[in-house]
Amino acid sequence: MTRIRDGLPGDSVKKNMGCRTTLVFMVVTALSACGDRPWNNPYPASDDHRNILYSSFSEKPKHLDPAQSYSSNEVVFTGQIYEPPLQYDYLKRPYELVPLTAVELPQPVFVDQNGQTLPDDAAPDQILFSIYNIRIRAGVRYQPHPAFATDSRGGFLYHALSAEAVASVRTLADFNQTGSRELVAADYVYQIKRLAHPKLQSPIFGLMTEYIVGLKEYGETLVAAAKAQGDREFLDLAEYPLEGAQVVDRYTYRLKVRGKYPQMLYWLAMPFFAPVPPEADRFYAQPGFAEKNLSLDWWPVGTGPYMLVENNPNRQMVMDRNPNFHGEVYPAAGEAGDAAAGLLADAGEPIPFIERVVFSLEKESIPYWNKFQQGYYDSSGISSDSFDQAIRFGAGGEATLTDEMQSKGIRLQTAVGASTYYFGFNMLDPVVGGDSERARKLRQAVSIALDYEEYISIFLNGRGIPAQGPIPPGIFGYVDGATGINPFVYDWVGNAPRRKALEIARRLLAEAGYPDGRDAATGNALVLHYDVPASSGPDDKARLDWMRKQFRKLNIELDIRNTDYNRFQDKMRTGAAQLFQWGWNADYPDPENFLFLLCGPNGKVRHNGENAANYASAEFDRLFERMKNMENGLERQRIIDDMMAIARRDAPWIWGFHPKQFGLYHAWYYNTKPNLMANNALKFTRIDPVLRAAKRTEWNRPVVWPVILVVALLVVGTLPAIRVYRRRQQAAATA
Amino acid sequence: MLAYILRRVFYAVPILIGVNLITFFLFFVVNSPDDMARMHLGMKRVTPEAVDKWKQERGYDKPLLLNRAEDGARSVTNTIFFEKSVSLFAFRFGSSDAGRDIGYDISQRMWPSLAIAIPVFIVGILANVTFALLIAFFRATYIDYWGVFLCVVLMSISSLFYIIGGQYLVGKLLHLVPISGYDDGFDAVSFVILPVIVGIIGGIGAGTRWYRTIFLEEIGRDYVRTARAKGLSEPQVMFGHVLRNALIPIMTGAVAILPLLFMGSLILESFFGIPGLGSYTIDAIGSQDFAIVRAMVFLGSALYIVGLILTDISYTLVDPRIRLV
Repeated sequence: MTRIRDGLPGDSVKKNMGCRTTLVFMVVTALSACGDRPWNNPYPASDDHRNILYSSFSEKPKHLDPAQSYSSNEVVFTGQIYEPPLQYDYLKRPYELVPLTAVELPQPVFVDQNGQTLPDDAAPDQILFSIYNIRIRAGVRYQPHPAFATDSRGGFLYHALSAEAVASVRTLADFNQTGSRELVAADYVYQIKRLAHPKLQSPIFGLMTEYIVGLKEYGETLVAAAKAQGDREFLDLAEYPLEGAQVVDRYTYRLKVRGKYPQMLYWLAMPFFAPVPPEADRFYAQPGFAEKNLSLDWWPVGTGPYMLVENNPNRQMVMDRNPNFHGEVYPAAGEAGDAAAGLLADAGEPIPFIERVVFSLEKESIPYWNKFQQGYYDSSGISSDSFDQAIRFGAGGEATLTDEMQSKGIRLQTAVGASTYYFGFNMLDPVVGGDSERARKLRQAVSIALDYEEYISIFLNGRGIPAQGPIPPGIFGYVDGATGINPFVYDWVGNAPRRKALEIARRLLAEAGYPDGRDAATGNALVLHYDVPASSGPDDKARLDWMRKQFRKLNIELDIRNTDYNRFQDKMRTGAAQLFQWGWNADYPDPENFLFLLCGPNGKVRHNGENAANYASAEFDRLFERMKNMENGLERQRIIDDMMAIARRDAPWIWGFHPKQFGLYHAWYYNTKPNLMANNALKFTRIDPVLRAAKRTEWNRPVVWPVILVVALLVVGTLPAIRVYRRRQQAAATA
Repeated sequence: MLAYILRRVFYAVPILIGVNLITFFLFFVVNSPDDMARMHLGMKRVTPEAVDKWKQERGYDKPLLLNRAEDGARSVTNTIFFEKSVSLFAFRFGSSDAGRDIGYDISQRMWPSLAIAIPVFIVGILANVTFALLIAFFRATYIDYWGVFLCVVLMSISSLFYIIGGQYLVGKLLHLVPISGYDDGFDAVSFVILPVIVGIIGGIGAGTRWYRTIFLEEIGRDYVRTARAKGLSEPQVMFGHVLRNALIPIMTGAVAILPLLFMGSLILESFFGIPGLGSYTIDAIGSQDFAIVRAMVFLGSALYIVGLILTDISYTLVDPRIRLV
């Protein structure tokens, strides 16, 4: 020991050399460990060449329980995990329903009030019930889950855990055993019953009580049962039969719907009607589980292509391929142009292609956009901040990618959304509302003045099309071209609609009793009140100024009433708002889902419905009742045309715009086709992880010299200070 | 000292009740239980029945502060305020209105916040004190003038600029660290470096100026002149006397915020994708989740009180003349 401590004469040199060698070794090791791998890669090195799709979420999903989940940011997950009986064809347009777990598309059997079967073309008013017999495929299995784990005698391992056992678990991964079982028809019936569960507050419960026979009474029964047995007890829905949803056999269930309701099939393509195994509910109902976020709302259990394996909404959510997935193949047919676009290259191949999907929390658009450009996200939307970096408009107004995007092989795909944003008049308001000719002309005049082409250009970077009515393109009932325009606002000039001249709006305003924006009777200036929920977006002030400017064209003074969101909602519910902006995203691709927004019995104030303008027209309502249950065809189109004519004349909305979605996809991301209805599109997409890894390396080579330069400058910068210090010390010493 | 601490803890109880009451009042002035229900139930197809069920399920169907339908103590205890507040004093935060376990969320989110806040706090103080000492050392020279000028410039720039600029320069142009994200354990280092540097640089202007003022004030004192007269070198004067005597105001600022460090930084965490507590309260206000809001405000108040007590204790450590009685 002494020898080592004292050292030999040459030891210090050797030690120095040893230190240097160690240092060099460490640096070389560190550098070689880095290899070509980019330093700014946010993902683990072990995942570099794995078949993983990287996406993001900006807001944590509120619900993953299929009875409650409704928002688009929730369906991103539930759509991949749960399998309702039907789905939308991924490639075909117009949107077409195809079986998912169902063997075939169910055809309704119509029954009259005497219980007699009616022909398929029976008049809707004769139909008392529609019976859907839905047969599902055999052999479909649930994802591995501890709720299914059984012991050697077939009893459930984890359904009656002791308090100590519950205390020792935190996540699903803490359960050593998992199990699975075959999907049966009873699981679908169970989920339909869950829509009425008093603790779940399913958003479609109210709507479905109008259609599913006995569902309303079933809800009341469950409330009474829950009250009787106490809050902590598990409410076993199997003990309470529901007339409208019954098991026929192991693979068949029956749905009994009031009247004729063809839209029921669309609902059968949503997670609301996906199967839930009762074992999962019983497993999660154990005391102490909810406090640990062990619930169906946090850990879904499905048969779909993916299963949630990590749920940390504060950071990331991860879905893995479900090892028990029943298997499905990529579609072999699409619409014209799909083959040329390479969308049929994988026809017949088993799906899903991607083994894991990682959703990272990304609250701000700027880091997300930068990471997309670096190749760390596989696709991206385009925010206003980055629009000019990504898109340029050609001479003909067509959107193309900038050179920078094109050089990276990024693709742009656009689609007009199945949604509409409109400017509404409260039809209960004494000034702008009502059925009088005066009010109608006032609304028509404002409709002409409010230039939505300009709005789309200024505030949406051209990402939208002016609406001619409530129905967006791609939905049956939408008419393109000269016959599809709103003749009260547009003229067809050349080959395009042109907004009517302001003179016509001024004339209409005068005919409404407000010449030059003044009340002819009193001489007072016309003041309209626009209620808008306050927000702090960067464009908000500009938008409101723009809105004032539009009304000023007619010398109408626009009083903008900024209110917080809750008060705004209150005003809408009580009818205190005069003018407002609102929007609607389609639940399903049927005109009924848009035209019901103008239906009198759906008025917000009187009926608490979704008709925010409180528009009521007896003729419109009568036509709606006829149209809503019809099959798509000429007769239905004719009725829709008539309805559109009434609505356009009455102008309860300024029809606003249909937003256009712009999506960017990297070169390694395949089979991407905007499908605004399908919520399970992930299983059809494919990536090339090798190409991605190569591009990431190419685009993200570390640049170190500026850091060295900064350090050198700092060192050099301290030299004068050291000189001053020494001079002072010398001065002090000589003093 | 123990009696002093106990007394301060006792004083904290009415303060916490007051804070809780104010939080409750302010929250429900803006949001009614109906608004909360509608926010949680979503935008589409929300029926009055669903709103009533939601309120009933979560106990928001009761009166806010006074239940006139009840007699005696139950008129106070059978209210939203009492039922939602009393468990907080046992630090049982319960579930959020969306059904999540708040205690678990806090326990998960505090570590990423600390991973940023502690290095920013420690390295930030060290850097600020070092630069302030350096500037004070070279007072009335070009280093002092340019140092103060630089501090004012750094103070004048928005923290958002540092964040976006840092991400753009270090993450996007130089490709040295990930632009945003987080990972557990040692892998967190590459994600934490940039926000820590940004946090330090963002605070260096104000911190250095503040400490420089303190040091300059101390430098003018008699004991410093005495030290110099004794022949001590300038570094000995600065580190041995000035720094030690300047510790009290430094402690005042630093120790008080120590327990609050785990509450995180809203903007920093949001831009860097750090899953900390910084945005927890703001998100809860946005989603009208009263359970989280009241829990976080309560926790913040309690920690602030703890911080002030710690500050008092730290006085006694750095200044033997101070006694807590």
